[in-house]
Amino acid sequence: MTDWAWRSRKTNEQSWFCLIETDGGDQMQHRDVVIVGAGHAGAQVAALLRQNKFQGSIAVIGEETELPYERPPLSKEYLSGAKEFDRLLLRSAGFWAEHNIEMLLGQRVVAVDAGAHRVTTATGAEFGYGSLIWATGGPPRKLTCAGSELVGVHSVRNRADVDRMITELDQTRNVVVIGGGYIGLEAAAVLTKLGKSVTVLEVQDRVLARVAGEALSRFFETEHRAHGVDVRLGVAVDHLAGRDGKVTGVRLADGTVLPAEMVIVGIGIIPAVGPLLDAGLKDVNGVNVDEFCRTKLPDVFAIGDCAAHINKYATTSGPIRLESVQNANDQARVVAKYIVGQHEPYDAIPWFWSDQYDLKLQTVGLSGGYDDVVVRGDPAARSFSVVYLKEGRILALDCLNLVRDYVQGKALIKANLKPDRAALADAATPLKSLMPVAAA
Amino acid sequence: MGTLIVKNRAGDQLSIKAEGSRSLMEIMREGGVEEILALCGGTCSCATCHVIVDPEFMDRLEPMSANEDEMLDSCEHRTPTSRLSCQIPYRDELDGLGLAIAQDE
Repeated sequence: MTDWAWRSRKTNEQSWFCLIETDGGDQMQHRDVVIVGAGHAGAQVAALLRQNKFQGSIAVIGEETELPYERPPLSKEYLSGAKEFDRLLLRSAGFWAEHNIEMLLGQRVVAVDAGAHRVTTATGAEFGYGSLIWATGGPPRKLTCAGSELVGVHSVRNRADVDRMITELDQTRNVVVIGGGYIGLEAAAVLTKLGKSVTVLEVQDRVLARVAGEALSRFFETEHRAHGVDVRLGVAVDHLAGRDGKVTGVRLADGTVLPAEMVIVGIGIIPAVGPLLDAGLKDVNGVNVDEFCRTKLPDVFAIGDCAAHINKYATTSGPIRLESVQNANDQARVVAKYIVGQHEPYDAIPWFWSDQYDLKLQTVGLSGGYDDVVVRGDPAARSFSVVYLKEGRILALDCLNLVRDYVQGKALIKANLKPDRAALADAATPLKSLMPVAAA
Repeated sequence: MGTLIVKNRAGDQLSIKAEGSRSLMEIMREGGVEEILALCGGTCSCATCHVIVDPEFMDRLEPMSANEDEMLDSCEHRTPTSRLSCQIPYRDELDGLGLAIAQDE
């Protein structure tokens, strides 16, 4: 980026901050749409409202001081240093101003008055709204054991988290990752490649236990071990040990002590929906939304990680939350269209990806509730798919270095048919050949 | 320093400044082409940066990888000159490249 562009961005940021300072007085301001949260979902719904010719005023209130950026690279290319922060911005700085989308950054909404259609920020600023779009995601779940506040203990949720990790890397030889989910495994892959000695601790008997079948879990365990990661399963953390306020190690329930100058905690998020619950919602896992992402509060929508919705691709009929870019983006699309009068229910097929080492995992569909698993190809060849079925129908695929199966499998899931199991298990049979031939 | 000539879905032509070795996707996103979603951030894991390249420029592009080819198979609006713009690094030889944002899937 040129020096000129950098200065112009800084100027823009300052002008936005000034706006908050001067507007924080007694007089309540009104925006036609107030979006709380400046992550993937919040940024996308703002941009899509303008793409859909919405003419009203839009304000995005974000807790971080950064303009909206991509989060998935935080545990991958940003942590490794392969991409600088500028390259993660979802839109250029100028985009928001050009589209008359106000970015009120470094501000946290602490209260919602649903009857009065008003939100209040931590600094006491008040904004009236026509529609409120809650897109806050949630903070990372923290350890509850002793030592969780020590310096050197990190989550991977926002830029500041990873910047802190990067500044400590020089003084770090041993890293313990608590939680064998995607974030933890991605961070383990990067840190191993950076030459750190990495241990992954998973309380369940396999990594990725909540999101994938055993074949994929075992494959990733084998890969990480082959790269030198110490993967320990079925282990519980007793506490984190420290000296002078800095973490020095992790003590397991069995008494083992693992030395660590850095601990990364990847054990999920807690949806940030407190103000909506205070405003009268009784939901227990995020906030419940209908097929148009409407909460039960009038003119209040919720999208992204915090929105518990009915998903036609899930086996459960109850509300689920999905923490993915796909879900954030597609729910943003539903709400942007709804607000401009196009009522199209949310029915997008879920997809997800994870890059670790030279491994490209692509997932499509939702595997929860499967009663049968078919593995296509040989995991030892590092290119295979895991197909999840229920009552003979394909629910989901995890495709490892096999884009073809991902693309063709997506069509099979959408078609909701019962493929021949033997053909499905034969890696030489293309998935698209299992699609019904259109009647002549 | 060069220029990309980008046709958006409405048919408007946008002239986008291009330089450095960033991908065409990143250049368009930075340049304000709002229809470029690039949900996976340029890792060839989705197909939301699909563009249709002016046939005249096709021979100046590196051949696509098998992964890109297979991802493009998921696009209903694929054409013979379809590419994922995240997979094409900008080079000076691409100055003046014409491309159109593919229709929404």
